[in-house]
Amino acid sequence: MSALAASRNMPATLDDFMAQAIAMEHEAALRYEELADTMETHNNVEVAQLFRRMAAIERKHAAELMSQMGWSAAPVAPGTIWERDGGEGPESVASDSVHYLMQPYHALQLALANEQRAVQFFADLAVSTDGVVRHAARTLEAEEREHVALVKEWLARVPKPAEDWAEDPDPPRYTD
Amino acid sequence: MNAETAVECAPRTAQAYKSSYKPIWCPGCGDYSVLSSITKALAKLGPAPEDVVVVSGIGCSSRIPAYTTCYGFHGVHGRALAAATGLKVARPDLMVIVAGGDGDGYSIGGNHFLHACRRNVDVTYVVMDNHVYGMTKGQPSPTTEPDWDSKLSPGGTGLRVFHPLVIALAAGANFVARAFSGDPNGTADIIAQAIRHPGFSFVEVLSPCVTFRPEQRSWKDQVHAAPVAPTDDPARAARRIMTDDGFNIGVLFAGNRPAYPPARPAPTATIEDLEAEFAL
Repeated sequence: MSALAASRNMPATLDDFMAQAIAMEHEAALRYEELADTMETHNNVEVAQLFRRMAAIERKHAAELMSQMGWSAAPVAPGTIWERDGGEGPESVASDSVHYLMQPYHALQLALANEQRAVQFFADLAVSTDGVVRHAARTLEAEEREHVALVKEWLARVPKPAEDWAEDPDPPRYTD
Repeated sequence: MNAETAVECAPRTAQAYKSSYKPIWCPGCGDYSVLSSITKALAKLGPAPEDVVVVSGIGCSSRIPAYTTCYGFHGVHGRALAAATGLKVARPDLMVIVAGGDGDGYSIGGNHFLHACRRNVDVTYVVMDNHVYGMTKGQPSPTTEPDWDSKLSPGGTGLRVFHPLVIALAAGANFVARAFSGDPNGTADIIAQAIRHPGFSFVEVLSPCVTFRPEQRSWKDQVHAAPVAPTDDPARAARRIMTDDGFNIGVLFAGNRPAYPPARPAPTATIEDLEAEFAL
């Protein structure tokens, strides 16, 4: 499903478009950092490190986009053009999609879904715009495809969890 | 909120309102999103963190004050509204936000809830409702369904649920809304509107407890935007709320009752006048 809001005004200038794209990357990075903190608190170190790594990738991507634009600080993005449950950007993990016993496989599945949504978002945007904005959307679509490939590579290296991965021998629900 | 509390076009981001303390809620808990929504709402309004006070009682959600850079008061179980009311009356220049859960607010603090609505002091009350006492390991709360079966309530309590929105309306709250933690940006918008609205604003946020009520993860498939615009007619709002499915999201009532205490003229008496009044 497209994450692009058909009802909203598409960015008319490259500046508007890049401000949106950078805001999207920052929002995604922030959510990964929050989830990394959560997992550290619950001593799920492996997944915490993975979320931290994803946050770094999103931050790096945002920094590259800012550098391309010659911006030293992130501009205020105009009204968002994405449409998704929760109103968050296509690359942000929903905060309720995690579990304290989740494994790297699950975290990477979330990351993969984010990157795939981002590809779709920029692809749709390229269709809905023209000129320099379309060109920039195509470029970002290609970059997000690289991220999809990277996450898929990582996924191939982690074991698929057993069926009972969420079974906790010492659960917090002592009443059950 | 007083108009002078808000600073238009303030450059603060939501991060500016988040403290360095890391939340210790269960991963997946809706309260993470509500914290994010509160800080996003503050970023929209732009007050200085030191001009905002977040007051809470006891419970998982009541940990929120520590996670903000605002002033905080983590008070006694159920008594957050009493503390907040006193604070706002004494310091009307401050923006006062009260945060808590359904057990804290509707059971132990039920009486304070009624009278806070009735008094209509200009505070915003955000309740993260997960229909369970999470911090104390899963006892039924006033909003728990009567047939919710657990070891602590075998076969369910069989008790009728408390209906916080209707009760808030009947008791005189000037703003009544329902939000969902899975919609963090929508919830931020509603909280910002609640803060802006004068008088007592009540925002009930459906915030799943993934540990004791994992079935609440399905709430995301049940919530939907309220199909009608908010009304300022309490009777109409009550009918809508009584007949909805409990998953209508949005501002349901925005009244125009003046906040308490009413504005008073600035004092004109001098010290000498007062001394003369009390002279023997």
